[in-house]
Amino acid sequence: MSTVVYVEQHEGEAQRDSLGLLSQAAGLGSDVCAVVLGEQAAAVAAGLGAYGATRVYVADSPALASPLPQARVDALEALISEHGFENVLFASSVLTADVAAGLASRLRAGLNWGLVDLRVDGGQLVGTQPALGDSVFVDVGWTSTPRLALVRTGAFEPKNVGGDAEVIPFVPEIAEWSTRATLLDREKTVSEGPAIEEAEIIVAGGRGLGAPEHFSVVEVLAAELGGAVAATRAVVDAGWYPYSTQVGQTGKTVTPKLYIACGISGAIQHKVGMQNASVIVAINKDKNAPIFDYCDFGVIGDLHEVVPKLAELVRQQKSG
Amino acid sequence: MKIAVCVKEVPDTSASKRIDPETLRLDRSGEGALNLGDTNAIEAALRIKESSTDCEVVLISMGPESAINSLRKGLAMGADRAALVSDPGAEGSDIIGTTNVLAAVLASEAPDLTLFGQQSADSDGAVLWAAVADRLQQPFMSQATNLELESGNAKVKRQTEYGYDLIEAPLPCVVAVSDGINEPRYPSLKGIMGAKKKPQEILGLDGIGVSAEETGTAGSRTEVRALNDPPARGESQVIEADGEAAARVLAFLNEKKLV
Ligand SMILES: Cc1cc2nc3c(=O)[nH]c(=O)nc-3n(C[C@H](O)[C@H](O)[C@H](O)COP(=O)(O)OP(=O)(O)OC[C@H]3O[C@@H](n4cnc5c(N)ncnc54)[C@H](O)[C@@H]3O)c2cc1C
Ligand SMILES: Nc1ncnc2c1ncn2[C@@H]1O[C@H](COP(=O)(O)O)[C@@H](O)[C@H]1O
Repeated sequence: MSTVVYVEQHEGEAQRDSLGLLSQAAGLGSDVCAVVLGEQAAAVAAGLGAYGATRVYVADSPALASPLPQARVDALEALISEHGFENVLFASSVLTADVAAGLASRLRAGLNWGLVDLRVDGGQLVGTQPALGDSVFVDVGWTSTPRLALVRTGAFEPKNVGGDAEVIPFVPEIAEWSTRATLLDREKTVSEGPAIEEAEIIVAGGRGLGAPEHFSVVEVLAAELGGAVAATRAVVDAGWYPYSTQVGQTGKTVTPKLYIACGISGAIQHKVGMQNASVIVAINKDKNAPIFDYCDFGVIGDLHEVVPKLAELVRQQKSG
Repeated sequence: MKIAVCVKEVPDTSASKRIDPETLRLDRSGEGALNLGDTNAIEAALRIKESSTDCEVVLISMGPESAINSLRKGLAMGADRAALVSDPGAEGSDIIGTTNVLAAVLASEAPDLTLFGQQSADSDGAVLWAAVADRLQQPFMSQATNLELESGNAKVKRQTEYGYDLIEAPLPCVVAVSDGINEPRYPSLKGIMGAKKKPQEILGLDGIGVSAEETGTAGSRTEVRALNDPPARGESQVIEADGEAAARVLAFLNEKKLV
């Protein structure tokens, strides 16, 4: 089985999950190539042999400079039609997911997403896709080639085993319509307050708070416990709380001793950022919320009653 | 101006979902509901409609015939009409089968702007727009936390792993919105009454010119091979809130020596 791993890079640095995927693919036993696109692709390519790539294809053109998906689909289509790769593997990110799905459509190829494992079983590529809030683990396969796979954030650890790869530049043709979307600006985000990555205790708030001013409920409990405040993307996108406090796939990964989730449904993209907390406590009024499937202690109820009361009890205990 | 909004019916969140061990497909026999993230896309369309003079909002969906009930909620919010592709031949579609159907409908509707929601609650894919846009050869922008139309262009702010990007594309284009982009309105009583009378079309594959080989199980390139239990996890305790809930949380935290 010939395999190519799409390695996403940001400002000349390979995305960690792409390296993990490359390591995993190299462990499947066959020849593994990598492809890196965009400005500084060549700088990234040089280091990929260490993670198991034998050949690395690189392309850099003005159309690939911005982190936009469509020109990347053109480049990958060209690469795959020339080399006939059977497996095309991607590690999830906002950009990569869009590239993978666009490519699936272009090639009329099967795409399985959200995978937490990839293995060869009886000569066939098989993926593990947790479904329905991770309540069932589905073995998924492909009925034609190329087989496209998107793996979940944090699925595989990078393994630097040393080694060199041959770096091969290529020049893809980019269609006019693939460059119609343009990047106007990138917003640099500045962190405010203590970094949540360092905190031993985190109290996090989601849309269940109901309104931005209700973040005070979460802040008071965090202050009593000596912890930091975090948020979900839903409330960050809505402008309720700063991006620097967001936990999850497109936010931060945190590993506190205690994570208290208030009014958070526990979507997969949030879970990947906090599932390694030692203890998870959840307060949510919906008994079917996915967060209850992976918390250590859950309360089905109104956070506006439970959380202020808890803060008060903690204060009493400390002063008593 | 015409805006198409792709929406999906998903199993109601209050029901526990399951995959049928016989068919290896999601059991859709229970109550269905409009996918919550798609109401943000409808809301975004309605706001554009309200700020322009001549704008039609069309809901487009593929799913079982019963999905028309979910589409009616979108009509009650204020969309003008709905087109649902429902055909036994489309059952079991993966991303390619679904793309072939939606792209065919969109090609004939020819909207100026096509909107998607953030993700479907039952598949968690968050990818379909990219596949559909590629088939239509239109630019697309995903994860939009903000959407503005300005002199023939759509301008979007998207969140990625590295912060926010500002992106622009000329119409016609495809935009997938974040569930934080707006607060979807509730249908008014008048909206609910009026929804029944709005045009609601149910189309078969024949009606949209898609052959049975291009969709459903036949048109799909992926398969489900087996269902397994998730890995076992440690003890967990979930309680119903009563007057004592906060005290019990504190007792738990004390037991774990976290306070
Ligand atoms: C590519 C991609 C990347 C993403 N990245 C991230 C990320 O980095 N981080 C992230 O968080 N999300 C991310 N998401 C979004 C994620 O899928 C969810 O949409 C988001 O996490 C939901 O946030 P929430 O839990 O605050 O809101 P909701 O899902 O709306 O949940 C709110 C919860 O509050 C409960 N509630 C309501 N009122 C009360 C009350 N009074 N008391 C108690 N409970 C109440 C409700 O029952 C509900 O469960 C991403 C999505 C995609 C597609
Ligand atoms: N069967 C469908 N019919 C119409 N639109 C859909 C369908 N499935 C998904 N969508 C749209 O695509 C978005 C992303 O879906 P997904 O990639 O399945 O998570 C949803 O929020 C909807 O806007």
